[in-house]
Amino acid sequence: MRSKSTSNSNTHSNSLSRQLGLYFVLAIVFVAGLLLALNQLAGLMATATQEAQAVDFANNSISAVLREEPPQLDSSKATDSTSGLVLGHIMEGLLRMDLQDRLSPAIAERWEVTPTHATFWLRKDAKWSDGKPISAADFIFAWQLALKPETGSEYASLLYPIENAEAINTGKLPASALGVSAPDPHTLVVELTRPIAFFDKLVVFPTFLPIREDFYNSTQGRFGSDAKDLLYSGPYTIKSWVHGASMLLEHNPHYWDNNRGKLAQINFAYITSDATATLNFFKDERIALARLQAENLTEALRLKWPIRRFADGTVFYLEFNHREDHLSRNLNFRKAIQHALDMEELVYKVTKLPGYLPGKSLFPEWLIGVEKTLREEYPASTVTVDSAKARAYLALAKEELGLAEFPEITLLTSDNPVSNIQSEWLQEVLKQTLGLTIKIDKQIFKQRLAKMSSGEFGLLLAGWGPDYNDPLTFGDLFASWNLNNRGRYKSEEMDALIATAQNATATPDRMKAFGAIQQQLFDDVVILPMYERGVTYVVHPQLKGVKRRVIGAETDYTYAYIDPDA
Amino acid sequence: MLRYTLKRLVLGILTVWFIATATFFGMHAVPGDPLSNDKSTTAQIRANLEAKYGLDKPLLTQYAIYLKNISQGDFGISFTQENRKVNDIIKEHFPISAILGILAIVFAALGGILWGALTALYRNRWPDSVIMFLVILGISVPSFVIAAISQMFLVNINALAGTTVLPVGGWGTVWHMIVPAMVLGLSTMAYLTRLMRSSMLEIVSTDYIRTAQSKGLPKTRIFSRHQLRNAILPVVTVLGPAIAGITTGGFVVEIVFAIPGLGRYFVEAIQQLDYTVIMGTTVFYGAFLVFMVILVDLLYGWIDPRVRINP
Amino acid sequence: MSEQTSTSWQPSASDFASKPKHQTAEAITRPAMSYWQDAWRRLKENKRALFSLYLIIGLVTFTLAGPYLWTIDPSAQDLDQIGMAPGADRNVTIAPAYQPWYGPTDDQAYANDNALGLTLVGNATSQAVRLAWRGNDYDQANYGYKIYRTLFPLDAGDAFGLPLMESKNHYFEDRLDLQPTDYYYTVVALDSQGVETDQFATLKLTVKRVITVLEAQKRGLTKNGPVTEGEQIKLALHPFGTDYLGRDMLARLIYGGQVSLFIGIFAPLLYVLLGVIYGSIAGFMGGAVDQLMMRFADFAVALPFLLFMILLKVIFGIGPGESGVLPMLVAMVILLWPAPARLVRGQILQIREEGYVSASQLLGAKTNYLVFRHMVPNTMGVILVTITFQVPSAIFTEAFLSFIGMGVAPPTPSWGSMCNDGIKSMLTRPHELFFPALFISITVLAFNLLGDGLRDALDARMRNRE
Repeated sequence: MRSKSTSNSNTHSNSLSRQLGLYFVLAIVFVAGLLLALNQLAGLMATATQEAQAVDFANNSISAVLREEPPQLDSSKATDSTSGLVLGHIMEGLLRMDLQDRLSPAIAERWEVTPTHATFWLRKDAKWSDGKPISAADFIFAWQLALKPETGSEYASLLYPIENAEAINTGKLPASALGVSAPDPHTLVVELTRPIAFFDKLVVFPTFLPIREDFYNSTQGRFGSDAKDLLYSGPYTIKSWVHGASMLLEHNPHYWDNNRGKLAQINFAYITSDATATLNFFKDERIALARLQAENLTEALRLKWPIRRFADGTVFYLEFNHREDHLSRNLNFRKAIQHALDMEELVYKVTKLPGYLPGKSLFPEWLIGVEKTLREEYPASTVTVDSAKARAYLALAKEELGLAEFPEITLLTSDNPVSNIQSEWLQEVLKQTLGLTIKIDKQIFKQRLAKMSSGEFGLLLAGWGPDYNDPLTFGDLFASWNLNNRGRYKSEEMDALIATAQNATATPDRMKAFGAIQQQLFDDVVILPMYERGVTYVVHPQLKGVKRRVIGAETDYTYAYIDPDA
Repeated sequence: MLRYTLKRLVLGILTVWFIATATFFGMHAVPGDPLSNDKSTTAQIRANLEAKYGLDKPLLTQYAIYLKNISQGDFGISFTQENRKVNDIIKEHFPISAILGILAIVFAALGGILWGALTALYRNRWPDSVIMFLVILGISVPSFVIAAISQMFLVNINALAGTTVLPVGGWGTVWHMIVPAMVLGLSTMAYLTRLMRSSMLEIVSTDYIRTAQSKGLPKTRIFSRHQLRNAILPVVTVLGPAIAGITTGGFVVEIVFAIPGLGRYFVEAIQQLDYTVIMGTTVFYGAFLVFMVILVDLLYGWIDPRVRINP
Repeated sequence: MSEQTSTSWQPSASDFASKPKHQTAEAITRPAMSYWQDAWRRLKENKRALFSLYLIIGLVTFTLAGPYLWTIDPSAQDLDQIGMAPGADRNVTIAPAYQPWYGPTDDQAYANDNALGLTLVGNATSQAVRLAWRGNDYDQANYGYKIYRTLFPLDAGDAFGLPLMESKNHYFEDRLDLQPTDYYYTVVALDSQGVETDQFATLKLTVKRVITVLEAQKRGLTKNGPVTEGEQIKLALHPFGTDYLGRDMLARLIYGGQVSLFIGIFAPLLYVLLGVIYGSIAGFMGGAVDQLMMRFADFAVALPFLLFMILLKVIFGIGPGESGVLPMLVAMVILLWPAPARLVRGQILQIREEGYVSASQLLGAKTNYLVFRHMVPNTMGVILVTITFQVPSAIFTEAFLSFIGMGVAPPTPSWGSMCNDGIKSMLTRPHELFFPALFISITVLAFNLLGDGLRDALDARMRNRE
């Protein structure tokens, strides 16, 4: 029967295949019609992205990518880096960092910090995007807003140095009790609860940005959710915002500083977190800047793209669990691991990402000390990797802990590719050198955070990025009261040093305290610094003046301009 | 028919309610908490946040409040996209995923049916082998690889042509839809091709076909009227959930091609434990799925009269 | 009138004797075969199905017997051969241990052929490349230099490549990912503002791969006797290349296959089986039972997969770093049965109306018998296709789950997770993605062909034909 049917289909296959062919054609016509209809539909929805061009000299505009939809453009509540990036372009506060990363005047022309007060004198020509002048009252309103308990601002604690701030945030006092006053519309006086030498560095943070009261109230709870629900104090305004798809920034004509905001338009034309896709957009000349990963490096070199590098400010370290019931509370155990792991091997051979520096200290290289960098003035102690010594320390630890065999140790890590590589390397090295069995506990974001807070780990791959440009943002991490001290390391000496660093007014005293903190972190092997992260990226050769920042807008286009002859 | 449809709709609402309840309690049972962040906050700030989002109330109270809200059509405000209501998120992004999904299904269905019929026709000859080879490739290679490769391909084509032949990503015109939809529909198309082929081959040897042949009906008529129509049935069965599946499963394509669809939000919401978005999208998709299934069942009855819908 | 024959025919006794039986028409030419025996016979005769069967047996043997034949540890990291393609050069020279370098000695001689006097100090090895330079012609104050590196020759006006470091020193040591290939280093002088001037120098050099004696011992290369400095030896052989941590691909494929084949075969088998039973009962019963069962299936499908996987992981109490293969299997079965159930139900709804079903019922067949003996086998085609198509899907789902911490824990490999890892370096090191994908494709192909053959073999209508 089988042979029969084949011969049947042979003789009739012509007519059948013609029939089938007809169906194919009908299908194509149908699809074409459907596409046309859908085109109309898509055009109706306001999600059309303009055809982005990386660098457009005629229109003085560039286009770039946002890694995610900015979750929060209300500056009193913003915490993440993407929101920080956008806010860095559309808003300006009392002070800002200039191209050389020094504190410089912004809306405040000059300022003064004393042990009891911080005073800011605002310039008279600073205006909002609707033309009205920016006054001290706008800052007062914004700070009160951030402190109100019902706002739920996560960074309200940055304002605690201000008199009564903490009481307001805990609901004990009304917002009007905040220790800030405006003797006249262009002077802002801040009362400090205790001497804080670096208060001026704090006010660069987005939580301190101004918000105008009447505008805020007019948005009826929708402040920051759309382009029309924002009032702009910076070099750019948001002209159009298509959620999840794109954001178009346009130069703010009311902005006071002519040296900033030279580009007429910045088009964040795509929102995606995929690095390969971003690079494809760059290749296709749709965006002017893209991050490179190690895998694309060869391709970038072959195409002779201009490559840049910058340290993004984050330090990554191996955190030990110092709680009672964990092995890592034993100093010799930690020393054993310290002598077994070669961070240079990790950075140079394993992760191989250019721009990464092998970790030597909790304090990254770029922190300024008194005159030079903190690390130049207080060099970090290091250890030479030595497997024999490591094993000796381990044997000591074994004795002290009274163990016959070492149990399994859990290494808590996240699900991203770089931590994968590191954790697998760590696991193998510790097995080969010390005979320890490490179990890798891979968790995605929230589950990992839950375990970190509750201390369910033996070892933890952790990282920390700075909030403000002062060593204290790293220095106070291992205070016994700091919730970010996940391993719950407790030491009176450390707490005392941190208190000095917080309260001393003379910079040399503070830097000395930081040097001592660094030394204690090393002697006690509180953590093992792994590396300081760097980013390599490619830029369109005609785009100049792009500033990468460690604090604030990660990529700052406000000083950028197009050079058509490059 | 009408009674049947009404009954199905009532059952459907019940099903959606079950889905919502299971997801609500499942979501709260998962370790981790939506308010936690890389940097821990003080106890006070934490308490402020909890009060703001209503997480400080007992679980059953939260459940009751939530049900009341959904019955009024309010899905709440997203935890991560702090200024956007979930209703708005769904309203703005679902149509995009839907369009992408519909196009992908159309490609998959038409392609599957036609390629499958082709392979059945030329069984064991070279078109069969070639198509089967492509089918195997289509399902053995994971979707993100196909997406990445096709985007790379587009970049190279654009570079060679010196102009934009097809956009490499983004959304807005029909040209933006074509490649992502094809990538999205590829594995379903492979499955449907195979299903169709198998189905056709079985039908070839059935009695009624032989009867029709011996009665002298023209081959083409048998082919389209009888074989195709009956072979399509398993394909239709699969289509209902496939449509729902493709609209949720599109997130890989959405990320690679930077398309602002709902699939991305859904996946990120689960990772971020954004309770309101998880609930909103799950309930919405659940309702969509239930509706699709009802539609497919009705379609089934229409295609195959023998399948009597038992009221 | 004809003469009447005197002898008319008279029946005799012999006429009533029984005839010898002619059995030719009813001779049994071959022994009777049952349904299954017939199916097996037809399967064996199908060349493609047979081929696929051998393929599957081959794959299973590969994963089970492999570890005994190829004894390299799949988690051993050969850090000197990270991401090596198969067949890459394995030569290496033994060198003394690495000593930190603090700059050139005072009597360092500088090259004269470039503006800055850029010279290579010592040998260029994979341990370190050391460069020193005199400085630009008119620098009184040292404003610093920027050092770049690239893999391709530089023409005038080209970008210099990867920026490695900015430094005030007149020397630099590079240790970043040095491969045995040609490199082009460029040193550019900076002005007082930190901007690059047009004073620069480029140097081409070739890096030689080296390891120290200690490292050779660690990697097990000294088994044939101790090694001395300056000796050239070969690094370990990796026939399929290595991955991003220098682990042997072949070993990982073997071990990975154990997990992937186990999950890829058993998970679909189980949940399709569950789906078939569920769907056929629902389809046959019809009415309210059918509605309720199907609505429950809708419910199971609409639940967010990832969320409930995390939940199940917690419920099963999988500890960190433990391999939760069985719980993963259970979880996949729990969440994935609705699709086959719906499919089979649809088929059953059709078949229910066939003539032979009513005939069977009239003959007194019980429901069990009807459903499982008559109706399900007639849906075999659809079922088999579904099973074979779920194989790669299960493999990739397993990879995804391992990614979120359910399933196999690192460093245990699986084909799906190897694919995941290989995607990142798809362009530069395609072998990392190619081999696991190839094995998955072969598995899928084998199951497809087998499925086809099975469907033909089990098709009752084909019985007794040809």
